[in-house]
Amino acid sequence: MALSQTLRVVASKKLFNINTSLIARHSSIWSNVEMGPPDAILGVTEAFKKDTNPKKMNLGVGAYRDDQGKPFILPTVRKAEKIIFESGLDHEYATIIGTPDFCKASALLAFGDNSSAVQNNLNATVQGISGTGSLRIGGSFFAKWYTKSKDFYIPSPSWGNHTPIFKHSGLNVKSYRYYDPGTCGFDFKGAVEDISKIPEGGVVVLHACAHNPTGVDPKPEQWKEICQVMKDKKLFPFFDMAYQGFASGDINKDAFAVRHFLEQGHQIALCQSYAKNMGLYGERAGAFTIVCGSAEEKERVMSQIKIIIRPMYSNPPIHGARLVSTILNTPDLRSEWLKDVKGMADRIISMRTQLQDNLKKEGSSHNWQHITDQIGMFCFTGLKPDQVERLTKDFSIYLTKDGRISVAGIASSNVAYLAHAIHQVSK
Amino acid sequence: MSLFQGLGFAPVIEVFDLNRRFYADESPEKVNLGLGAYRNDDGEPWVLPVVHKAEELVVSNRTLNHEYLPICGLPEFRQAATRLALGSESVVIKENRVLSIQTIGGTGSLRLAAEFLKQKLHLDTVLISSLTWDNHSGIFKATGYSQVNEYRYWNPGTKGLDLDGLLADLQNATEKTVVILHTCAHNTTATDPSPQQWKQIVSVLKERKLIPVMDCTYQGLVSGDVDEDAYPLRLLASDGVEFLIAQSFSKNFGLYNERLGNLAIITKDSSTIDEMRSQCEMIIRRIWSNPPHHGARVVATILNDKSLYQEWKDQVIIMADRIKLMRKMLHERLVNLKTPGDWNHVLTQTGMFVYTGMTSPQVKYLTSKFHIYLTKMGRINMCAMTTKNVDYVSKAIHEAVTTQ
Repeated sequence: MALSQTLRVVASKKLFNINTSLIARHSSIWSNVEMGPPDAILGVTEAFKKDTNPKKMNLGVGAYRDDQGKPFILPTVRKAEKIIFESGLDHEYATIIGTPDFCKASALLAFGDNSSAVQNNLNATVQGISGTGSLRIGGSFFAKWYTKSKDFYIPSPSWGNHTPIFKHSGLNVKSYRYYDPGTCGFDFKGAVEDISKIPEGGVVVLHACAHNPTGVDPKPEQWKEICQVMKDKKLFPFFDMAYQGFASGDINKDAFAVRHFLEQGHQIALCQSYAKNMGLYGERAGAFTIVCGSAEEKERVMSQIKIIIRPMYSNPPIHGARLVSTILNTPDLRSEWLKDVKGMADRIISMRTQLQDNLKKEGSSHNWQHITDQIGMFCFTGLKPDQVERLTKDFSIYLTKDGRISVAGIASSNVAYLAHAIHQVSK
Repeated sequence: MSLFQGLGFAPVIEVFDLNRRFYADESPEKVNLGLGAYRNDDGEPWVLPVVHKAEELVVSNRTLNHEYLPICGLPEFRQAATRLALGSESVVIKENRVLSIQTIGGTGSLRLAAEFLKQKLHLDTVLISSLTWDNHSGIFKATGYSQVNEYRYWNPGTKGLDLDGLLADLQNATEKTVVILHTCAHNTTATDPSPQQWKQIVSVLKERKLIPVMDCTYQGLVSGDVDEDAYPLRLLASDGVEFLIAQSFSKNFGLYNERLGNLAIITKDSSTIDEMRSQCEMIIRRIWSNPPHHGARVVATILNDKSLYQEWKDQVIIMADRIKLMRKMLHERLVNLKTPGDWNHVLTQTGMFVYTGMTSPQVKYLTSKFHIYLTKMGRINMCAMTTKNVDYVSKAIHEAVTTQ
């Protein structure tokens, strides 16, 4: 066959293939489904994986790493796993709300062992699918049953997933001032002003400790004032506590705001996660609580929460909750866990200190006080997008565009490199 | 004045309420034939030996950690789950025309399907079978579908499938109506279409351009053969239909509380897969973010190992055979007692349940006099029957039917 003929045949075959795939596409019922927006944080990890620079650092995703940069399985979790396996438990359905021992232990962890709310049976506590699932139950419950308002006020900025979860639940998402980029600290005045203006009944979402993404927390006196303002204005406190124990190393200190609001007579909602403080990220253990006005009301609230959970996923995954319950309800394991969690918090605090010291050593003239003032997994460095881009391009250091770094991703072997790089892009 | 003053009690969920009343009952003769969970001949839950083996492997594997799974779940599990449903030789898998997503149990799979179809394809109408699992309508209503209607399924006269009614109702449905069908072991009626009848159903689904969501909760537990039980899935796939499969691994692996499910979306065009995945990820992110490890690791370990897979299939046969034996024993006794009515359906119905056809007063009598718990529609869980209680249950049914 002549070349030109061959080419014509090949071309027509190609056209034919294109046409059939177009036809297939056009006739597919899924053809109008558009590509969703890429997840910013996962995108950072994808780019990091592709980078071949041996000095690369991933400061994107908020998961704890040990000083070798590896995931850390808590020794207490390993012990609890062995106990559970050897006890030969079956896999029968838990109830819709999970197991009572898990729910009670979670409530006591948050509210304190002597919690009068728990003693008086006022807490409607259910297992949720880690923090996300607990927020989702809460969002749906409020959208359906909280009649005073459909407005949820989140701090500016907040965890990126808060807005989609609450919106998808059917709520209006608004915000109040929180982060002061001038000081890289808490805009207390702005927060109180904005919260004071919220109409009666509005729901205020509060990060109980280790604010995500800024690492900026109110001081205890500031919490007290916010609590009073919200009492005066009759606003509803909705706590998200994803880092209890992980922030300061002390579970009671980290729960200060939650306990103070309760003591002051607020009826609160609370979402807890065990992803970070027990390293149970992928086991999806969390809890959602509403503190009710009476034990009778709690029964009614529980019955309605079950109606929300059943058409979502019927009942929760038990493995992670069993690990949590085993740890919290076995005295030896519980004390050991408290040490494990303090160990993680201490390492992060130490990385903050070392980063700050190294920046001084580099001769940086900027004020890096906020690195050690901030708390928890993340640090809002104050770096601008173009500086972030340079950090990535020139030094293979990966972080999100807003200048947030996951301190847990820093190790003693690379903290000096990080300081050097930050100094280079910001001097 | 409390914030939740006006909040009334929610209606009870029947099977859980049955459980609650059963546990509160102090009669030593009580029998729980309500909730659909497998029991061995001692009436105890059965952790499959192969599941225990796989769990040991998972727990002792020091290379595994608890980090987040991808939003769509564990890849080794998803692929194996879809292979189980469609068959490893399926042309759909070979041509990369199926999106597989790990979900929170079968319920999570149905919920994800409902959300995806509503939000991304803007569908709003769903047809569910009459006498179906009560949570089917719950899931689609909670997702916001404005039209949740029924298609005829059960013929009380013949105590069998109302095929004509079913086909007529599908014929009358508008294009792009979502239709939930039970792959096998229909819950509540335990009555399945024959292969020939499935061919007729699929033909109408295609003609009317309806969107089938195949609820696949009991694969293996009907005939004992996972491929035979998946017949309608293979038929739809080979017939070029675009459809969804909502799989549960609660019953056939006994992993009820580990919440393992898989949603498979079958497309004509593999280029739609990435877009569908990204949209499903967005939906999942707002409900559970990413799924749990444990169940997925256990099942992936089993399905991806030749000898463990064979062990699992053998243990599924054990469960299916025990159910068949209980059917035989119950049927024999009712016939010997000369209990009024035709009890042939006890033998011919499939899966975990028997839809007895008993009336509401008869059901109430069974519970109040004999402490036997079953759903008010007269559905009994054959897995909870044992050689020790089948005589008692038969006599109770006989007395209920003859006196009420």
